[in-house]
Amino acid sequence: MILPADSSRDAATIRCRDVHHRYGDHEALRGVDLEIDRGEIFALLGPNGSGKTTLFRLLSTLVPVQRGSIEVAGLDVATSSLAVRGRIGIVFQSPSLDKKLSVDENIACQAALYGLSGGRLAARRDEVLAQMKLTDRRGEICEKLSGGLKRRVELAKGLLHRPRVMLLDEPSTGLDPAARIDLWQTLRTMADQGITVVLTTHLLEEAEKADRLAIMFRGRLIADGTPGSLRGELGDALITVSAVDPDEAEKVLRDELGLDTQRVSGQLRVRAENAASLVPRIADRLGSRVESITVGRPGLEDVFIAKTGYRFD
Amino acid sequence: MAEYRPSGTAAAWMLAKREWIRFFRQRNRVISAVVQPLLFWLLFGTGLQGSFVGAGDQNFMEYFLPGTIALIVLFTAIFATISVIEDRREGFMQSVLVAPVGRWPVLAGKVLGGSTIAWVQAVVFLALVYLFGAASLSTSVFGVLALLAVVAITMCSLGMIVAWPMDSTQGFHAIMMLGLMPMWLLSGTFFPIPAWDSGAGGGQLALGGLMRANPLTYPVVELRRLLYPAVDFSASGFAPSSPICWSVSLAFMVITTLIAWSLMRGHRRADLIS
Repeated sequence: MILPADSSRDAATIRCRDVHHRYGDHEALRGVDLEIDRGEIFALLGPNGSGKTTLFRLLSTLVPVQRGSIEVAGLDVATSSLAVRGRIGIVFQSPSLDKKLSVDENIACQAALYGLSGGRLAARRDEVLAQMKLTDRRGEICEKLSGGLKRRVELAKGLLHRPRVMLLDEPSTGLDPAARIDLWQTLRTMADQGITVVLTTHLLEEAEKADRLAIMFRGRLIADGTPGSLRGELGDALITVSAVDPDEAEKVLRDELGLDTQRVSGQLRVRAENAASLVPRIADRLGSRVESITVGRPGLEDVFIAKTGYRFD
Repeated sequence: MAEYRPSGTAAAWMLAKREWIRFFRQRNRVISAVVQPLLFWLLFGTGLQGSFVGAGDQNFMEYFLPGTIALIVLFTAIFATISVIEDRREGFMQSVLVAPVGRWPVLAGKVLGGSTIAWVQAVVFLALVYLFGAASLSTSVFGVLALLAVVAITMCSLGMIVAWPMDSTQGFHAIMMLGLMPMWLLSGTFFPIPAWDSGAGGGQLALGGLMRANPLTYPVVELRRLLYPAVDFSASGFAPSSPICWSVSLAFMVITTLIAWSLMRGHRRADLIS
């Protein structure tokens, strides 16, 4: 099989149309529609059980498409899974390295699976090892490497065959802060080279770094956009009110101040464009019934709460 | 973008090579696969030497030799295929299953790697046997080598059948102790298979029936004949002809390999690490 070269913009995009997936009685995905452009870092954000790992497995061809269609790098995943595999690089959440082998041997193993050999392998191996700053560790047995270095070897493996799409499942898991920074620099370099980077994460601060993200909840995609645009939907500020009697406070805010409130975990949340003037009015109306009032810029967790009514955990 | 040509053969070869690298980096495997059968052979052979007289006045050490060699192959093949479960648990298998080469290289690589390791270990043991005069070297050694290869491939395929759907090594060991060890014990390694007209009791004949139905019996019988070509085993119980032994051995190899392949095809829940 020859993996055809294709430099068109279309060849490096991902398109999901009405994707459903079941594990027995459990419906893991309930109609996901998604488009990811070439060269962007795209995060699939969601709590555990939201369906992001299932979507990752579908994109990586590890499980078959049951309903709907998925196109990766210009190819239909259902009908051209082997060709798709040649165009994607995958970094799983759990390490896929053979710990008993050296870095070089792991790379050689990956090369054999993806059709690299001889001089081309030698040149490409040197290139990715240098890119991942692993050249001086190439002879080391992987079980002796730190978590960050192992992740770099995983990335080197994923990049070896020059994929157009890089899929990463919870790539920051187990990494210390320095290694995370390192990882994101690498991901940004990949994107700059035109590789589409798709990662799943349950870490809000990680999703903030992506160019675009989709928030998943209970098998559905509930929001999709840049981190800034998603936060912008909530206005400039978010006021959170804790009151002695939340029911009574909610009634006051709604009826007397005309505010739209959302109750989450016993607290009242109010989107506001004019927080500076609104906070004194809320305090004045609730008086001693108020326990605390906080004002903050909306974050992705607020977006999640606004869309689902649940805290992100 | 570069064009690469993924090759199933190259992938299978690399996966087989990986089995060898891992084997030599786990010294306990090297030791246990040879030392344990050797101990079995020496202890049982010596202990039962006085209470056994086989065809051609064979003592128990001679009689038990083919079974010991079969055990080496069995043990090594089992250890090689149990690594499938470890590969899956440790994540390595996922990266192989999403490679653009399909699944047959996984089976071919595991079976090729595991069976060559088993074969080489058996051959090393066999060389020691000839060196110390426990059997006489003759041209039949080529038949022994070929038959050992068949048994090694069969055992690895059988190991893959057991290991592929499993998610724990404990489960694999349970199946091994309940299925594979009795299979080895009932292959005529410990005692001859009584002929139907031998006047043996009902229990012994029932056991003899089980042993005849055991596909491992046939390579063990043939191995015994090839190791001791001068001895006539037909007078001491069930001794099917060489063509029958080879036919059953080869058929068993093909069947186990096909079953392993059918198990590995397609997507399975076991492919996923939760």
